[in-house]
Amino acid sequence: MPDTQALVNDFLNKLKKRKIEGSQATAKQTAELLRSVISQTRMPYTNQAAALIHSVKAVGERLIAANPVELAVGNVVRRVLHIIREEDLSLTTAAMAGLNLSAESDDEDDTDRDNHPALSAAAIAAASRSTLRPPSLQTLLEDLPDSAAVPHTSSSGGDSEGKSKSADKSSRSRKLKHDVIEAVNELIQDISTCHELIAEQAVEHIHQNEVILTLGSSRTVLEFLCAAKEKKRSFRVFVAEGAPRYQGHLLAKELVTRGLQTTLITDSAVFAMISRVNMVIVGAHVVMANGGVIAPVGLNMVALAAQKHAVPFVVLAGSHKLCPLYPHHPEVLLNELRSPSELLDFGEFSDCLDFGSGIGAPLLHVVNPTFDYVPPKLVSLFITDTGGHNPSYMYRLIADYYSADDLVLERRTTSGN
Amino acid sequence: MGAQKKGATARVSEDAEELARHPLQAILLADSFTTKFRPITLERPKVLLPLVNIPMINYTLAWLESAGVEEVFVFCCAHSKQVIDYLESSEWSSQPNFSVTTIESHNSISAGDALRLIYERNVIHGDFVLISGDTVSNMSLIQAFQEHKDRRKKDANAIMTMVVKQSKPSPITQQSRLGTDELFMAINPVTKQLLYYEDKAEYSKGFISLDKTLIADNPSVILHNDKQDCYIDICSQEVLSLFTDNFDYQHLRRHFVKGLLVDDIMGYKIFTHEIHSSYAARIDNFRSYDTISKDIIQRWTYPFVPDVLCGSSAIKVERQGTYRASDVTLSRSAQLGSFAFIGQGTKIGNDTKISHSVIGERCTIGSNVTIEGSYIWNNVTIEDGCQLRNAIVCDGVILKSGAVLQPGVILSFKVVVGQQFVVPAYSKVSLLQQPTQQDSDEELEYADSTSGTGELRSDKLNGAIAPDLSETASELGTGGVGYIWTVFEGAYDEEWRHSVAPIPTNKLVKLMLDKDEDEELLTQDGNVISALELKTDSDGNGSEDDNNEDSRDDYVSFEKEVEATFLRAVHENVKVDLAVLEVNALRLSYNMASVDCGGAIFYSMMKLAVESPHNSASELHRNAADIVTTWQKLLKSFLHDIDEEIEVILKFEEMCLESAKEFAALFPQILHLLYDKEILQEDAILRWADEKEGADESDKVFLKRSEKFIQWLREAEEEEEEDE
Repeated sequence: MPDTQALVNDFLNKLKKRKIEGSQATAKQTAELLRSVISQTRMPYTNQAAALIHSVKAVGERLIAANPVELAVGNVVRRVLHIIREEDLSLTTAAMAGLNLSAESDDEDDTDRDNHPALSAAAIAAASRSTLRPPSLQTLLEDLPDSAAVPHTSSSGGDSEGKSKSADKSSRSRKLKHDVIEAVNELIQDISTCHELIAEQAVEHIHQNEVILTLGSSRTVLEFLCAAKEKKRSFRVFVAEGAPRYQGHLLAKELVTRGLQTTLITDSAVFAMISRVNMVIVGAHVVMANGGVIAPVGLNMVALAAQKHAVPFVVLAGSHKLCPLYPHHPEVLLNELRSPSELLDFGEFSDCLDFGSGIGAPLLHVVNPTFDYVPPKLVSLFITDTGGHNPSYMYRLIADYYSADDLVLERRTTSGN
Repeated sequence: MGAQKKGATARVSEDAEELARHPLQAILLADSFTTKFRPITLERPKVLLPLVNIPMINYTLAWLESAGVEEVFVFCCAHSKQVIDYLESSEWSSQPNFSVTTIESHNSISAGDALRLIYERNVIHGDFVLISGDTVSNMSLIQAFQEHKDRRKKDANAIMTMVVKQSKPSPITQQSRLGTDELFMAINPVTKQLLYYEDKAEYSKGFISLDKTLIADNPSVILHNDKQDCYIDICSQEVLSLFTDNFDYQHLRRHFVKGLLVDDIMGYKIFTHEIHSSYAARIDNFRSYDTISKDIIQRWTYPFVPDVLCGSSAIKVERQGTYRASDVTLSRSAQLGSFAFIGQGTKIGNDTKISHSVIGERCTIGSNVTIEGSYIWNNVTIEDGCQLRNAIVCDGVILKSGAVLQPGVILSFKVVVGQQFVVPAYSKVSLLQQPTQQDSDEELEYADSTSGTGELRSDKLNGAIAPDLSETASELGTGGVGYIWTVFEGAYDEEWRHSVAPIPTNKLVKLMLDKDEDEELLTQDGNVISALELKTDSDGNGSEDDNNEDSRDDYVSFEKEVEATFLRAVHENVKVDLAVLEVNALRLSYNMASVDCGGAIFYSMMKLAVESPHNSASELHRNAADIVTTWQKLLKSFLHDIDEEIEVILKFEEMCLESAKEFAALFPQILHLLYDKEILQEDAILRWADEKEGADESDKVFLKRSEKFIQWLREAEEEEEEDE
């Protein structure tokens, strides 16, 4: 596995050095990395799912530690873990259904329980998990055969069937890996197409002659606006420049080349302009489980202005940005302080930063946070690749994407912080 | 070493194919070839000293790696074993696409020697980055490299690109924020060619001279004094061969750069590349250590900041720029001020206050400790009630309860400071004895050529005992272990410039006054020499009116010696007679008059009074009174006539103005005290008053303050006369 090891290290390095920009790219690369980890994992005869989960978790923990601020990494790791569990569950239930038929003839329950502890353990775990998990439509449908299968697990196969069963198992193991990789591929597909999926909904939200305000630059927002433009909607866009990185300038340029009527304003002019705006559409860094948003700095101010003037505040976020964690102290703990040089020129201010004279302590402190936290009550609507959602609905959405077990694992690593 | 050689020869064979495209290479000098970080560097190489809790070399390597350098040659000289061991055990030895190779040498004494050795190894195959292991930066090398390459295509003589950054020097101290001297560079604004480089300009002269041909050859020249040399050079291979050709090149700047600039036969050119938004600085002395640490904490070096380098799960940034590791034991009543950094496993007790400081790993800090602007490394124990201001405390140091570190103190590895002991300002304390005076003098003079050996020689010196410095370890209080290094003659004056502590205000005021006078004089007639003379006059040393600079230096060091003698007498309860004898011996050896002795002793007494802890003016007065009472005999034995007594008053006046301002308010009281103790006769005081009567308004501040007392004296005198 030196191959994946090198890949992992390389990716870790990039994460640490903050060389990957944007959560979509990060999410996609994480998923691709985990796919190769899964394909390289040697499968044992028993409990393959646990082995996969273990190796994914081991890599995942390191990835998350490399840049805890980039929550998309953790999201994708959890998604992959969830996929493994789901695939395992569906395979087990399928196998269970098959075994149940044959098991009725044999009744040597107790001896066999020892012979196949792993199998039964996995089944019990699956059962317990399904009870832990909040009921979603999918699990509600699955629940019935699953719980029925559990008591019958022990009554599985006699010695005569041993050989055929191991053959069956190895094919199952290959099948599990295959299914998981298949599902991860789907996830990667989802991540890369999330812009299109979100943009498809643009026409439903942007109407003729509206004024849209956005801040900074987000690819999702760009695609969204362009999709509406392509559908012959005519509307105007106000772009707040997004100091100190001024990515709004780039967005404005891009919008103009695509033929959109664009107005560039400073961040501080947002409040003055908001009364003319029909809708605020922005991108997000991460959407938390409570519906709060970690977004580029300045957006909290925009959200407050929008609320004051009752302008809808719409957040676009691909499903890889949904984070199952709840924010605690997000302004500090989930933030990244960047270099002050983005704000002011070091040379010009170098005499203010001379610690040799005066009290010897810096009198000037430049704070350059990357993110803002927008509380859920300020958000009117989330548009994800699955459609529009209310902030209060986020936790249900998250329950569909993640298993409760994986949150516990993460909580242990993050509690070490 | 063997492996490296093999690697080198292997490289040579590949050379032909590699010429087309070679990996980006860097030479990292893991030795500064100076002694500025002594005594710490006697035990550990400078590049491994922790800078905000991470060894300096890690910042340099991390930057090189992220800037796209693929091959780094680390040149180790002093403590090479430690550097190599560290690199082998660190993450750097196992990076893909980034190889770190060490080159060891035991007899290189300068950067020039190092480069000559690297040239012999034949490992550099193209343009390379030349930096030292104490450089912190986050600049992108791509653009600078491209510029360098483009220039090279047009002009094969453009062999070096120097990275500079704007940074204004302080107008008062004439030094940059990094504690280096003000740097003058003449740069052609169009081509960016460097035309003149002077880092040791003589400020007393007030002007610098440029070669006439500079102006003639270049349509425009801009002379900068607000550029900081980042000591990041992009060099072509020729640089190495130039060092080999000119075997007397030692220092990169002083010899090499200046040499190329004046040499017009070969026509080699140096260009500059200015960086704006990114950061680059080199740790040259203790002041830059302090400044750069603060820059890192303020995140100018992002992404090379502790929470990113160590992984953010280990260290978190909190409000007010405080960094805290995950498992710190912090008492509920402890106060963490802004810009504090607390490392892993450190315990902090009740009511302890910490601000603007870096505290390393596994330290134990007691209750009621005050730590301000200090750098505390790993495994340090600080007991209850200690006070630390602007100090550097190395690994394994123990401060017993109540110990006080005054600004600028450096405690080297494993020093123990005794209970209630006050370590005086700017002292350097080490378990190792100071190398003998002669050696250090030599080093000061030829710092560039011999300092490297100095660092090496240290191992031999460990066992040697310097005869004149045989003070016992108890000079650090009861239970203390370590030697206080005496400051080199003449260097004391400069100590505050490069210390971690901020420059004391009285120094700044003095410098400002000096400067004003200089300027006035220069505008008058531009006579430089008279400016010098006047400066010594303005120092207010009555007895030295006609002396030149040299004897003033002598007097300063004499004063120091007397002070040290007096302090020893106080701490070790030496008998007054013996003290008198000692001071007399000093007087003879420095060829001073007894006038000077009286002044110097009085100065030391008052200084002791100021430095012993006190909260209010009245306590200070009591301190002074105690000391004067105990030692009046000593003082009296040097005050034989009225002139000498007047000298004491003048000395006191000077102190109140400069070094011990706290006394200013107490001036009349102390005068009264001295009169009461019969140290000063009333005649002396009255004569002083009469003398001052004619002085400038500004000089009469203290006269006015003590008007009442003098009035009283006069009346008493008159009464006496009447009685008769």
